[in-house]
Amino acid sequence: MININKIRNDFPILSKKINGHQLVYLDNAATTHKPRSVINSLVDFYENYNSNVHRGVHTLSMEATDQFEEARQKISSFINSETPQSIIWTRNASESLNIISYSWGYKNISEGDEILLSPMEHHSNLIPWQELARAKGAKIKYLSLNEDGTLDLSNIDELMTSNTKLVSIVHVSNALGTINPVKQLCDKAHEVGALFVLDGAQSVPHMLVDVQELDCDFFVFSGHKMMGPTGIGVLYGKMEILEKMDPVFTGGEMVLEVTYEKASWADIPMKFEAGTPNIADSIALGAAVDYLQNIGMGNIHDYEKTITSYGLQKFQELESEGVTLFGPKSSDLKGAVFSFHIPNIHPHDLGTILDGLGIAVRTGHHCAMPLIRSLGVSATARASFYVYNTLDEVDMLIEGIKSAIRYFSDGSN
Amino acid sequence: MNDFQELYQEIVMDHNRRPRNFGELENPTSFANGFNPLCGDEINVYLELVDDQIVDISFNGDGCAISKSSASMLTDGVKGKNVSDAIQIFESFRQMLTRKPGEDFSSEILGDLEILSGVSQFPARIKCATLAWHTFHTALTEKDKSVSTE
Ligand SMILES: Cc1ncc(COP(=O)(O)O)c(C=O)c1O
Repeated sequence: MININKIRNDFPILSKKINGHQLVYLDNAATTHKPRSVINSLVDFYENYNSNVHRGVHTLSMEATDQFEEARQKISSFINSETPQSIIWTRNASESLNIISYSWGYKNISEGDEILLSPMEHHSNLIPWQELARAKGAKIKYLSLNEDGTLDLSNIDELMTSNTKLVSIVHVSNALGTINPVKQLCDKAHEVGALFVLDGAQSVPHMLVDVQELDCDFFVFSGHKMMGPTGIGVLYGKMEILEKMDPVFTGGEMVLEVTYEKASWADIPMKFEAGTPNIADSIALGAAVDYLQNIGMGNIHDYEKTITSYGLQKFQELESEGVTLFGPKSSDLKGAVFSFHIPNIHPHDLGTILDGLGIAVRTGHHCAMPLIRSLGVSATARASFYVYNTLDEVDMLIEGIKSAIRYFSDGSN
Repeated sequence: MNDFQELYQEIVMDHNRRPRNFGELENPTSFANGFNPLCGDEINVYLELVDDQIVDISFNGDGCAISKSSASMLTDGVKGKNVSDAIQIFESFRQMLTRKPGEDFSSEILGDLEILSGVSQFPARIKCATLAWHTFHTALTEKDKSVSTE
């Protein structure tokens, strides 16, 4: 069970007032807040053992190295990877995907090959593949989408064939909340001999992920969406695949032996981590993992499911006012992400009005421009919840939307 | 009054609900397209210039209440004016929105447009209010061009 008050007390920012109102933060798909333990971990590093890693024999450097590698170990057990070596530190999910594209993609994708994506990919899991396809003469294909924002797999055998070399899919959609059937897609990809990349930016913060059980070849995510700091992300890859990949970046820390003519690479993961890594933020991401595991990923998922169910029910009440909610209408198929449109109120106006009430939502295309256009709108408003949000905050959102509708229809509120 | 009510005053809401000079001109002498890539707002401004005078002006497109009402009030404000007066209004309007807190602006030539002065307190929305104006300025000075707020 979740003690929501105790959790909320761990997040200093949640007691902040915005425009005279208690902050209601519903922009968690963009980035999440940080518990005190994560913030303290950053301070602790800089105050007590700030030092570079892997290259000193002095005490501070050894302590920094131990903590840095322990954080890698924490991430590894969090997503159940085979070994901590398969965890590569990056800046964010976007960089992780770019590394896959530039390293694995440029080596293994050739003319006529096909890359299969879903129509709901974040630009980060779209543009690297577009660029790769353009450079190599490969082709990008898209799965189909059902009316309710779930994937239509009825024509999967036509789309996934022996020409398909790579399938890259978002686990949970940041724009619609859709939870995709990734195990099924991964197995199917392997059947046709393709690699399977999973974008876990919106899944790993909210549910238990086991990369070995899923059997995905790559898994990427960002620390800042799971209570960790900005500037730190993860690329997981299966060892046998990482071993055959070349580094994208070269320089210090990633070499075994260097002469004036050439260099040989250090072992994985160092091979992919040129230069001084983001030590403080890696360690703080480890602290975020501790925090999440302490609550329990199962508990987090169950609690957010109640928020999703309640939100779905409340949005139904807004249907009579013409409000359209996009994405699946069942909490089994959707995370706590509500993307919606109100006739005659532009999402930006709604965003400003809600902000006046202390409610933070995101408005725009949510880095999924083609998807939002396909919904027939130029932008949506999106409210996305996390484990520190409450059912009361769902009510406040709904009330805020209602007063915006009233204000825009007749100028009263 | 809530902050947002200061932004969304009745005149603004009225222009949003019933935008003036909305649509395409039949015989424009000049046209420009404006786009705000941040939010996808798009506005077209059509001008009919005879000699040095804005004989007619209209706009269409898709945008938020701030960008729509600003465009609507713009068309009202410059119709019938000559080019140099219109450019002066454009400059004053821009100065009003981008001024620093406490800084003054010359309101005499702005008329109703002064209603939008509150936008300057919403930095995220200034581009919404200026999109139509930059588009108008382009139509006036460059003809048949596209502008972007970025
Ligand atoms: C599904 C998904 N993938 C990838 C990303 C990119 O994450 P980042 O901006 O941290 O690289 C995001 C962030 O919005 C996302 O929601």
